[in-house]
Amino acid sequence: MKKLMFAMAGVASLAAVSTASAGTLEDVRERGHLNCIVNTGLTGFAAPDDAGNWTGFDVEFCRAVAAAVLGDASKVEFITATGKTRFTKLAAAEGEILSRNTTWTFSRDVDLAQTFIGVNYYDGQAFMVPASLGVSSASELDGASVCIQTGTTTELNLAEYFSSNGMSYEPVPIETNAEARESYLAGRCDVYTTDGSGLAATRATFDNPDAHVILPEVISKEPLGPVVREGDDNWADIVSWTLKAMMAGEELGITSANAASLASKLNDNPEINRLLGVDPLQGAEQAGLSSDWALNILSQVGNYQESFERNLTPLGLSRGMNALARDGGLHYIPPIK
Amino acid sequence: MSDTQKYAPGSHPDLPPPPGTIGVIGWLRANLFSDITNTVMTLLSLYFLYWFLNASMSWFLLDAVVNANSRAECREMADGACWAVITKRIGQFIYGFYPVDERWRPNLAFVGLFIAVLPLLYPKTPFRRHMLWFSAAYPVIAYYLLCGGIFGLTEVGTNTFGGFMLTMIVGVTGIAASLPLGIALSLGRQSRLLSVRVISIAFIEFMRGVPLITLLFVASTMLNYFLPPGTTFNLLLRVLIMVTFFAAAYIAEVIRGGIQAIPKGQYEAAQALGLNYWQTTRLITLPQALKISIPGIVNTFIGLYKDTTLVVVIGLLDPLGIGRAALADAKWNGLSTETYMFVALFFFVSCFAMSRYSLWLEKRLSTEHK
Amino acid sequence: MDTLTRIWRHEESRAVVIQILVIAAVFGSFGWLVSNLVTNFAALNKNFGFDFLLQPAGYDINQYLIEYTNRSSHLRAAIVGLLNTFLVAIFGIVLATIMGVILGIIRLSNNWLARNLTYWYIEFTRNVPILLHILLWHGIIINTLPHPKRALAFGDVSFLTNRGFYVPKPIAEAGIEVVYLAIVAAITFAVFFSRRARKVQAETGKQLPVFWTNLGVLLTVPVAVYLLAGSPLSFDIPALKGFNFKGGMHLLPEFVALTFALAIYTAAFIAENVRAGILAIHKGQREAAEALGLRPGKVMRLVILPQARRVIIPPLTSQYLNLTKNSSLAIAIGYMDLVATLGGITLNQTGREIETMMLVMGMYLLISLAISAGMNWYNNAVKLVDR
Repeated sequence: MKKLMFAMAGVASLAAVSTASAGTLEDVRERGHLNCIVNTGLTGFAAPDDAGNWTGFDVEFCRAVAAAVLGDASKVEFITATGKTRFTKLAAAEGEILSRNTTWTFSRDVDLAQTFIGVNYYDGQAFMVPASLGVSSASELDGASVCIQTGTTTELNLAEYFSSNGMSYEPVPIETNAEARESYLAGRCDVYTTDGSGLAATRATFDNPDAHVILPEVISKEPLGPVVREGDDNWADIVSWTLKAMMAGEELGITSANAASLASKLNDNPEINRLLGVDPLQGAEQAGLSSDWALNILSQVGNYQESFERNLTPLGLSRGMNALARDGGLHYIPPIK
Repeated sequence: MSDTQKYAPGSHPDLPPPPGTIGVIGWLRANLFSDITNTVMTLLSLYFLYWFLNASMSWFLLDAVVNANSRAECREMADGACWAVITKRIGQFIYGFYPVDERWRPNLAFVGLFIAVLPLLYPKTPFRRHMLWFSAAYPVIAYYLLCGGIFGLTEVGTNTFGGFMLTMIVGVTGIAASLPLGIALSLGRQSRLLSVRVISIAFIEFMRGVPLITLLFVASTMLNYFLPPGTTFNLLLRVLIMVTFFAAAYIAEVIRGGIQAIPKGQYEAAQALGLNYWQTTRLITLPQALKISIPGIVNTFIGLYKDTTLVVVIGLLDPLGIGRAALADAKWNGLSTETYMFVALFFFVSCFAMSRYSLWLEKRLSTEHK
Repeated sequence: MDTLTRIWRHEESRAVVIQILVIAAVFGSFGWLVSNLVTNFAALNKNFGFDFLLQPAGYDINQYLIEYTNRSSHLRAAIVGLLNTFLVAIFGIVLATIMGVILGIIRLSNNWLARNLTYWYIEFTRNVPILLHILLWHGIIINTLPHPKRALAFGDVSFLTNRGFYVPKPIAEAGIEVVYLAIVAAITFAVFFSRRARKVQAETGKQLPVFWTNLGVLLTVPVAVYLLAGSPLSFDIPALKGFNFKGGMHLLPEFVALTFALAIYTAAFIAENVRAGILAIHKGQREAAEALGLRPGKVMRLVILPQARRVIIPPLTSQYLNLTKNSSLAIAIGYMDLVATLGGITLNQTGREIETMMLVMGMYLLISLAISAGMNWYNNAVKLVDR
C-alpha cells in the first residue's frame, strides 16, 4: 500500500507551469505553432471532418495567421470553446486568437480586456421558421417558442426585440448549435434565432432545407471578427493585417493559384509587389514579419473570396454586405503602403 | 392387507420428492409461479421483456447501418440506428485529435497502465515486488509517452487529447493523485490538533458540498485570477487539479470510515508497544484502514470516472464532446441518440467491470477477516 | 538550537508549533491568492463588488415561480434560478425515494425473473453517467411526444406535447378560506386519531381502522365543505392559441427530463442501499414476524422497513446530496436553474466570474448543509436508543 501511495504521488510532481514571455509573436515562434480558439462545431465556420481536420471560415483565418508568422498554415492547434467559455479561454492565454464568430460590442471591447482587430463577417441576428407555419414576418411571432444559444448577444437582442414590439415568447435556452438544431427539428421550438450566417449554416444541413425559411427581419448588427488579448499591440497589428492581406488579395486579384508566380516577377501594380514581398514593405521587419508573410497567407490559404466561397457559399450565403467596398459591400481595405 | 409392509422405526427408505418440486417444473414453480403475486410479477416481467426486445432489437441491430458515409446514406439503407457515425469516427472517439501517426503512444500507455495497476489490484501477481517499481515510475513514463518532447518523441499538445483517452487520463490521474491527498485529509480530520482538524473538515465539506461542474467552471474561468500575472496554466492541468481536490474529499471520507472501523484494541496495543503517532499511523492504522477502504475507493473511482463526462461543459472533448462535434458535421447531424447510446454503452461496460472487481475484492477481504 | 530541539521533543509544545505552522501556511497561501487576485484585477481594470446584482438582467427565463420579467434585476434572476433548483431537487428526491424503495424490494423478491430484470436495470442505470441520462431523456421527450398542434388531449382540459404538459390551473375565489380551514381541520383530526389509535392499541390491543378512517376524512370533509361553500374555485383551462397552449399550468419538458433522469439515476443507487439495509436485518426478525402470522406485506411494512430505515438513512443522505448537486447539470438541456441563470447568463453578461461563482457555490453549500442537518435530525429521531 505504501508503494501505491508512492506511485500515485509521482503524478503530482509533473505539474508544468510556464510563464509567458514579453511578446505573443515570440511565444508562438518559440512554440512552433499557433493556438487558436474556435467554435465547438458550427458548419462552415469551424467543425472537424471525419479525419479530425478542422475546416471552416474561422479556421482558415487561424491558418492564415499561422502562415503569416510561422510560414506554415498547418502549424495551428485548435482549442474549442462554447459561447460561454470563449473569453475566459482567451484571457487565460489558452490561445493567441479567438476566432469564433464573435460579435464586436462596446462592452466586450472595453470591459473584458480584449481587443477586436476587425470584422471578417458582417452579420445580423435573424429568425428561421418551418415554411409550414406560414409565417412571413417576425412580427407574426407573438407567443412562439424560440430556441436561443446561451452565452451570446442573441439573448438580449431577442428580449429587446420582443418587448419593444409588445410581443411575448417562450425562450428555450440551448448550449450548442447542434442541440439547438435538434430541438428545432423536433418541434421543441417554433423559431430558431441566431446570426443569419449560423441560421444558413444550420439550414444547409437539414434533410430538406427548402422546408425552412429565414425571415427577412434582421434584428441586430453583428459584426463578427477575430479577437486577441489586450496589451500586445504588435500581435494585434499582425492579426489585423493578416485579415486585411486576405481581403487585399481579393482586391488585387491574387489567388492561391497565382500568388507564387506573381511573387516571382515584378508586376505592374506596385501594391501587389509590396504585398508579395517583391518590393520592400515599410515596417514589416519591425513588426517581426518576414518579407513573404502575405505570400504565405495567399498561397497557402488563399484570399478572402476563396475562403468565403470554399466555406460559406455552399451554405447558401451570398456575399451581400461582405463584398469588398468596390463591389458595394462593407469591406474597405486600407492601402498596403 | 397383503400390500402393507412394515418397517422398523428409522429404516424406511427415502421416497422420491413429489413431482413438481424438482427439475425444470419444480424450479419454475418455486421461482416464478409460487403464488398469485409471483405469477402476476412473472407475467408482467415477461411482457416488459418482450416489449423491450421487440422495440429495441430492430433499431439497435437488425435495421442498423454500420457502414455509410453520411446520415442520408444511412436513411436510404434502413430505418434503424445509423452506427456509421461511430464507425467513421471511431479514431476520434478513442484518441480525440491525437495525431494519427502517434496513436501507438496512447496504446502503449494504456497497456502500461494495466501492467502498472496489476500488482496493486491483484495481490497474487507474479514478481509483484519488482513490478511495483514499474508502477511507481509509471506516471512519469506515461506523461512523457503521451506528451512527448524527449527521446525524439514528437511533442503533442494536451489540447489534442480527447475521447476515451481523455476519460482515462482524467480518471486515472484524478484518483491516483487524490489518494495521498485523501489519506492526509482523513488523518487531518482525526487529528488531535484543532487547527489541522478544522482546516481538513472545511476543505472536505466544501468540496463535497458544491457540484463538480462549478469547480470545473472555476478551473476554466477564474483560476488565472488567483495566480501571479502572466502565469499560464494548461487547461487540462487545471482540470486535473480540481478533479483531484474533488476526489480527495470523497476518498478522505472513505478512508475515515476505514480508520473508524479499526478496533480500539489495535491503538491500545500500539500504545502499549510504545509506538508514537507516526509509527502507529504508518504501521497499524493505514495498512488496515486502506485495506478495508479498497472497495470504497474503487467505487469513488467509478463515480469519478463517470463524472469525467462533465468536462464537456467547459469545452474539453471527452467522448461526449467528440460525439457533439460529430453531430455538428453536416453529414451526421441529427444522430444524437446513436451517439449518446454508444457513449452510454462504453461507460456501462467499463464501470460494470470495475464494480464487479470491487465486489470480488469485498468478498475476498471479508473472508480474510473470518 | 538546544531550546528548539527541546521544544520539538516536548509533545505539547510541538503541537502548538505545528498548529502555528499550519495556520501560517493556510493563511499565507490564502493571502497570496488574494493578493494575486487584487493585482490581476487592477491590471485588468476590474473591480470587485456585488452592485451588478441590482442592475436589470435583460434576459428572459421560461420558468419562474416568482414574478419575473427581463427588466427584473440579476438578483431576482438568481432567486428564480435557485427556486428552480429547489423545485427539481424536491421532485427528484421524492420520486427517487419511491422508485428506489420499490426497486430495492423487488431486487430481493423470490421471483427469479423480476429479480434479475431489476438487477440488470439497476446495473445499467447506475453505470451510465448522469449527464447522458439527462441528454437521452431530453432527446426522447422532445422527439417522441407530439407537437402542440397534434397534442395528446386528456378530456380537452389537459394536454401532453413536446413543449410540456398543460393542466388546468385552479384560481381561488371568494369563500375559499373555508375550504382551507376544512383541510387543516381534517389533517388535525387525522393526526389526533392516529395517536389515539396507537394509545388504544397499546392499552387494549385493539386495532382501530386508522388508515381507512383517515383517508375517508381527508377526502370527504374538504370536498363536502368545498361543495357546500358553492365551489369557490374556477379553472383556467389551457387552450391552443397561435403557436402554443396558453393558460393553465405548464410543466416544461426540460423540467420533466431533468427530474426523471435525476430520479431514475439516483433511484438505482437508493435501491442498492435499500437492499443492503433489508439484508442487514437479522433473519430472525422476519421469521418471528411470520411466526406471529403477519402477512408478507405487513412483515415488510411493520417489521423489516422500520429497522432497515436506520441502516438506510446515512447512505440515503448522500444520495439526496448527490441528486441536488447533479441538478446543476440542468445547464446541458437548458433548464434555468441557479447555475444557468446566475452562473451562466448573468456571469456572461456582466463578466463577474468571481462574484457569481462565489454566490453559486455558497448557495450549494448552504443547500448541502441544510439537507445534511435535516437528515441528521431524522436519523437521530429513528435511531436505536439503548436503554
